[in-house]
Amino acid sequence: MSNSDILINIVRFILLVFLQVLLLNNVNLAGYINPYLYILFIILYPLDGNKGLLIFLSFLLGLFIDIFQDSGGVHAAACTFIAYIRPVVLKYSFGVSYEYNSVKIKKANPMERLTYIASLVFMHHFVMFSLEIFSAKHILLLLKSTLFSGIFTIVLIVCTMILFNRKSS
Amino acid sequence: MQQIIFFFIRNKNSLLFAVLFTISVALTVQSHNYHNDKFISSANFITGGIFTFRNNITDYLNLGKENEQLLQENLMLRKKLDQFKEVINIEKLDSTVLPNKFTYFTARVINNNYSKTKNQLTLDKGQNDSIKNDLGVISSKGIVGIVSQVSENYATVQSILNTQSRINAKLKNSGDFGSLKWDTKNPNVVQLIDIPRIAKIKVGDTIVTGGRSTIFPEGILIGTIKDFQLDNDENYYYVNIDLFNDMTSLEHVYIIENKEAQEILELEKAVEDVEQ
Repeated sequence: MSNSDILINIVRFILLVFLQVLLLNNVNLAGYINPYLYILFIILYPLDGNKGLLIFLSFLLGLFIDIFQDSGGVHAAACTFIAYIRPVVLKYSFGVSYEYNSVKIKKANPMERLTYIASLVFMHHFVMFSLEIFSAKHILLLLKSTLFSGIFTIVLIVCTMILFNRKSS
Repeated sequence: MQQIIFFFIRNKNSLLFAVLFTISVALTVQSHNYHNDKFISSANFITGGIFTFRNNITDYLNLGKENEQLLQENLMLRKKLDQFKEVINIEKLDSTVLPNKFTYFTARVINNNYSKTKNQLTLDKGQNDSIKNDLGVISSKGIVGIVSQVSENYATVQSILNTQSRINAKLKNSGDFGSLKWDTKNPNVVQLIDIPRIAKIKVGDTIVTGGRSTIFPEGILIGTIKDFQLDNDENYYYVNIDLFNDMTSLEHVYIIENKEAQEILELEKAVEDVEQ
């Protein structure tokens, strides 16, 4: 990671936390659907970056969101989980080529990119909602929340990536 | 020994993951217990400050509606005062010597959520304003929740839209008691359970707080009956209630302190200790 990469990631981390707690947590579409855009940090974290550091940073990211939301540690747990599982997801989304650092997330083939984003988002949402709801009685609510919030998040993430890609090029 | 160190180095990411994940799950489990001392809560200096900042901006958007509500409440209070004046001769009364069991504080809601299963609100009053745990919170239209965590300047409230909330409530007409809970489906509808089958109820009846707890005074408005059915054992009613309060847009609330709560709880505890 170069110095500019580190700076970009720090700024992204802070911006995403503020955007999430001040704006996106209050969307409440149809009463319960919220986008969780902040995991964009984990998705865009450099592929050649330190994996241990990513896990730790994701934990911190989730914890910040939890503090604002009064939700214990559900976001922290979900973020730590997808940060840990990210290399596996990268491998099945982009094939082995990712291991030789030849893939750039922003320039990869759109289908592969969508697989990667969707897998991480749904895993994150599933872990988060199951910990938050924490009861087998509400399994339908869990699946519904995961599906709808997940779709919302994916749309928002893809839009954000397209928007910022245009600007930089 | 070397083997062990190598093992740790090789699996350092997995170990880091395991440790952090365990911490998060522990925090989650802890937050599911009703007000144990939580480490992670929005009633702290930084998050409270940020939420206050946001509310200073967004408050202006709702000023019209808030004024309307305050006017209505003033109107209602004036009417009550007039009725009161008619009943007793006001000159003989000195309000400072009236037995005053409940104290009211005002507070502003700086963070409100209602889309989760365990919802919390954050208020801009705390220990410095003599707010304590377990005080009741109401708005001008009805019940809101119970204070669950207090810091110096902020407090979090366990909303009635929380699967762990159980609040004593009764039918205004017949006086039958039940407890209030929430099935997470709709932020404007809560459920009243344990109303005995012999109670006479009908759609549209008003539900108020029961006064059997030390938290809320008797007769605080909650909502009206939307529909009801008998539960599986056919001994109790399961009642859906439309809330008077719009839990999705709360701005100003009142915190109620029962000055005799301590005394009542101590007495009850003493009795329990004797029985054991």
